[in-house]
Amino acid sequence: MNRIVVGLKRAVDYNVRVRVRKDGTGVETDGVKMSINPFDEIALEEALRMRERGDASEVIVVSIGSPDAQQQLRTGLAMGADRAILVTADGMPDPLDRARVFLEIVRREEPDLVILGKQAIDDDNNQTGQMLAALWGRPQATFASKIVLEGQTATVTREVDAGLETIAVDLPAVITTDLRLNEPRYVKLPDIMKAKKKPLDTVALDDLGIERSPALVQQRFESPPVRQKGIMVNDVAGLVAALKSKGLI
Amino acid sequence: MTRVLVIAEHDGSSLNPSTAKTVSCACAVENAVVSVVVFGASGIEPIAAEAAGLASVSTVILVENAANSDALAAVLAPQITALADDFDCVFGPSTTFGKDLMPRVAALLGVNQISDIMSVEAPRTFKRPVYAGNAIVTVVAPENHKIVATIRTASWPAVGGGGSASIEARTIDAELPSHTRYVGLDAGNSDRPDLQTANRVVSGGRALGSGDNFSIVYALADKLGAAVGASRAAVDAGYVANDMQVGQTGKIIAPELYVAIGISGAIQHLTGIKDAGTIVAINKDGEAPIFEVADIGLVADLFTAVPEFTDAL
Ligand SMILES: Cc1cc2nc3c(=O)[nH]c(=O)nc-3n(C[C@H](O)[C@H](O)[C@H](O)COP(=O)(O)OP(=O)(O)OC[C@H]3O[C@@H](n4cnc5c(N)ncnc54)[C@H](O)[C@@H]3O)c2cc1C
Ligand SMILES: Nc1ncnc2c1ncn2[C@@H]1O[C@H](COP(=O)(O)O)[C@@H](O)[C@H]1O
Repeated sequence: MNRIVVGLKRAVDYNVRVRVRKDGTGVETDGVKMSINPFDEIALEEALRMRERGDASEVIVVSIGSPDAQQQLRTGLAMGADRAILVTADGMPDPLDRARVFLEIVRREEPDLVILGKQAIDDDNNQTGQMLAALWGRPQATFASKIVLEGQTATVTREVDAGLETIAVDLPAVITTDLRLNEPRYVKLPDIMKAKKKPLDTVALDDLGIERSPALVQQRFESPPVRQKGIMVNDVAGLVAALKSKGLI
Repeated sequence: MTRVLVIAEHDGSSLNPSTAKTVSCACAVENAVVSVVVFGASGIEPIAAEAAGLASVSTVILVENAANSDALAAVLAPQITALADDFDCVFGPSTTFGKDLMPRVAALLGVNQISDIMSVEAPRTFKRPVYAGNAIVTVVAPENHKIVATIRTASWPAVGGGGSASIEARTIDAELPSHTRYVGLDAGNSDRPDLQTANRVVSGGRALGSGDNFSIVYALADKLGAAVGASRAAVDAGYVANDMQVGQTGKIIAPELYVAIGISGAIQHLTGIKDAGTIVAINKDGEAPIFEVADIGLVADLFTAVPEFTDAL
């Protein structure tokens, strides 16, 4: 196999307690820690392992969004990706437009595999990989917890509601990662230095010649209703009594 | 009139409860006329009949084709796209089936998808959770375009029965790919109540320490007639199967009673249980964040408290 393209979305770190802005225009991002979307780290780890096993020759990481996403791409290069592409845009494009960007990158780079996360933990959309596969007219294997490559076929185990489903897909294909696929490696300091020399190309979304989709308007953000703190009981007898009084047992 | 097409989910023998919940969201759209489409290989008339019995459904479309035996997104999406001509909205459930399928449909139709609808505010305006449910956003779909969405099943009650929709068998002329092949399903625990629809759920966390120790959780669940869930940490450690994970990236559930045992209450876990009726937490650390949302909290060692609780029932 030849190339693998991996998506790295810059997202609010999973440890951050996200707060809605008072004016309802979004969530607080000032001074908030940003990271690679956790599912995308898993995607990159899988691609790197494939390359290390000799199943791929090159791993390209791609991020769409603000120029700040360079940080996440540099981290991806430090993890071991060969080169990076940053597609800059004003604000975050809708998922279909992001899928169209990935399609354009696919046309240019002709990868055998595109590995994305199953969902970005900011918008929780869970769309981009499936959309790319549709536009590309290629297979999708979403929520992957195991990937076996053999010639021009990938056999993928998927985490589905009913258990573990296995499908076989012809390459090229789009795979999206679930949590159990692997444990991403840590970046070592010398790798960060080396990554500074790796190529990172920047291109503006507007220069890719992509038709923009009819936009979804995010009208207003609000905080969810908070659950009230309940009562504490001292022992199991107290617990049983409390449940009885609520008519639950 | 707004024509809404609901994609039925089923396992070849019966309708998944997520379908009745998706229908209930479809009914919340102003002046909705709701159709349900059932895809399958053959012999799925009983499932179509089940869908026809759901309240408020006007038509059930039955599409039998050998290629539809395994509900592959790449195979179903072009057929749904072909049907979509007659509809304003196409809805599927936010189950792994719907999450896999619906964005593929949306892309073929050239629209963005609205994921995880929690409420319908106006004909084109919906609310959905983002950031693991730490924010709710109101989104407006563009005029003159179809709306493709997944429905957050925990937010919607199932519609009742008593319906008498007509059933219409259809053949769809669409080119179906052969690049994706179903190999098999390794089903988790099917002899227990279904986690996504159970009225009561007991979940265990990392504190259980091993798969064997989960018997403590199962024993309590059996007494309560509850389904069993788990935190990501318990699944990652291999104590239980992946399909038991509750949370932002697992199953989002809304049981009447949720019992969290040895679970700290990370934000990603809490996302999955926000809509539970009563949350009970048993944890030996009185400072654990789970107690901030628990209706009834007990600070205790699970290895003594849970068996004692089970015996008391
Ligand atoms: C991208 C991403 C997605 C995620 N998605 C999910 C998800 O969908 N669902 C999910 O659950 N998590 C998810 N997580 C993980 C989440 O952040 C937490 O790490 C996880 O929920 C912790 O599981 P836990 O509570 O079992 O373990 P811990 O946090 O280790 O908590 C164990 C608890 O057990 C208590 N304890 C220990 N011994 C005993 C005892 N003997 N008796 C009683 N109590 C005891 C401790 O006090 C502690 O509170 C996700 C994380 C990421 C990064
Ligand atoms: N702006 C982006 N830049 C890079 N990759 C992205 C971007 N948006 C989405 N992706 C990829 O698509 C996956 C699913 O995202 P989403 O559909 O937004 O939940 C992510 O895990 C990424 O791999």
